Amino acid sequence: MSRSSVAGMIELEGLTKRYGEKVAVNNLSFTVRPGIVTGFLGPNGAGKSTTMRMILGLDHPTAGDVRIDGKHYQQLKDPLTYIGALLEAKAWHGGRTAYNHLLCLAQSNGIPRGRVREVLDTVGLTAVAKKKTKGFSMGMGQRLGIAAALLGDPRILMFDEPVNGLDPEGIHWIRTLMKSLAAQGRTVFVSSHLMSEMALTADHLVVIGQGRLLADTSMADFIARNSRSYVRVRSPQRERLLDVLHQAGIVAVESGEGVLEVDGGKAEHVGELAAQHGITLHELSPQQASLEEAFMQLTAGSVEYHAHSEPSPEPPGQQWGDGWKRG
Amino acid sequence: MSSPQPQMPPAAPTWEAAHGSSYPGYTSPIPVVRTHLGHALASEWTKIRSVRSTMWTLGVFVLLVIGIGTLTGVVVANSDPALSGESPLGLGFFGLLLGSMCIITLGVLTTASEYGTGMVRTTMVACPSRGRVLAAKGIVFFLVAFAVTLVSASLVAFLHVAMLEGQGTKDPSGGEWLRGTVGISAYVALLGLLSLAIGSIIRHSAGAITIMIGAVLAPLVIALFMFSESLRGVRDALFEYSIPSQLSVFYSTPGSNSLSSSGPSGWDPLWILLGATAVAFAAAFALLEKRDV
Repeated sequence: MSRSSVAGMIELEGLTKRYGEKVAVNNLSFTVRPGIVTGFLGPNGAGKSTTMRMILGLDHPTAGDVRIDGKHYQQLKDPLTYIGALLEAKAWHGGRTAYNHLLCLAQSNGIPRGRVREVLDTVGLTAVAKKKTKGFSMGMGQRLGIAAALLGDPRILMFDEPVNGLDPEGIHWIRTLMKSLAAQGRTVFVSSHLMSEMALTADHLVVIGQGRLLADTSMADFIARNSRSYVRVRSPQRERLLDVLHQAGIVAVESGEGVLEVDGGKAEHVGELAAQHGITLHELSPQQASLEEAFMQLTAGSVEYHAHSEPSPEPPGQQWGDGWKRG
Repeated sequence: MSSPQPQMPPAAPTWEAAHGSSYPGYTSPIPVVRTHLGHALASEWTKIRSVRSTMWTLGVFVLLVIGIGTLTGVVVANSDPALSGESPLGLGFFGLLLGSMCIITLGVLTTASEYGTGMVRTTMVACPSRGRVLAAKGIVFFLVAFAVTLVSASLVAFLHVAMLEGQGTKDPSGGEWLRGTVGISAYVALLGLLSLAIGSIIRHSAGAITIMIGAVLAPLVIALFMFSESLRGVRDALFEYSIPSQLSVFYSTPGSNSLSSSGPSGWDPLWILLGATAVAFAAAFALLEKRDV
């Protein structure tokens, strides 16, 4: 098989997964391309892991199709040298050593034994190679999972929530790793529920909520479109200020309690105008809506698990970051 | 933990413009290998030898077969009537009956434990041909179980013959030797293989082990409670086809001492179990393809 004609694309077409009544993934279509880091973003329970499992042929789609360079995962003759995947944490037998875990994976794909040592070294687990994995911390577990993904030196890499459980140093390491993997021309597809994390690593962004595609855009576009900058102005002479701004061709929106928001305006410009007309200002501050807010707005209608405002018994499965909908 | 460097796999990356595409691709220096059953076998061999449960179950098995075998030998050798006119090989039965529980457990664990730990997803990503994974597991397990059983059963057989020599026992014929060593080992290993298939179907270690131990013990126990004369036929069938009874067939000498006098004889139990295992494997293969991992 000639590799040179293949690019390392993951293509989803109308991918759907239903569990009984519940639709986990709903008609997803998008393409993951090589050479960049593609972020796969969505709140908890949005269907990210299910989608990744379908890409890897673990779950059968109810409808639709997903192909890797035109092939189904099952048709790959050399899966680990083609795609490396970090699935949910600790998908292995805790009684086996890190070395033996990687060795059995290497053998299953005819990967030279020497690679096991190499990847253990890459992820920094050489010192615990002969230790049973059940004693591993979450961060070490993530590193072992990443080692397994890198084992076949594959052209496509998929990471499901890779920064979970990593310390700041580990998070920095995985960011750099993903970027350098993409810079080598590989396809890097990484899921996360943290917009801030994606903003730092991803070049392209696919956002889903309740299994549906919400956005498929480059990171730069997403930032340009969603990180709205505006000037917040408060004045006792609100009406006069509105007139003055209007005459100067500046659009201002009222946002309650005497506050005006001037979209895209410069604080200096607004201040100077107010001074010229002798208008008193109580507040004049440049503001930037965060990407996190933009993400929350985008997924607001599709957050599956969210906390209640009143103190109530914790719902089962509540996780960090569930409070989004409250805002 | 040592401080990891955000380094790349050592080989220099090769930039390459893919034909007919504006995207660059990555080509690994690692040779591309078309995977086959041999790779899966090597992988499963590493898996089975690298977990403690294999050592435990097989260790206890050897201990039971040889320990109980030796004890029975000593007791029989010191009792007065001994085994006049019978083959001493039959004394291995008790150890192997108990030992088969260990083989059943190991068989179930070979498949079901991967579902408990989540390893199965890693396995199926590495080898998306699910049938190949199950076949490799079956082959590796069967060979290990057969080899260990054969060595233990043969050792006990020689021991018994040596211990009871000159006490009026019958010298076992070649056919009896074959059934009492190779035959019984194939049967016990096959019982483990059936457990492996059940483990793959049930996907839960404790559940599958319970089912298998129930299958071994229940027919005998149920038969014991069938007092009524009208149930005689059912009772006899349960008795004759129960696994302990079929196990004893491998030690029977013509016209004597299997647990029941009618029912399967000779190599029949092996063919019956082979059929049952084939059916279980067909179901396991079908379900493996159909279900999500």
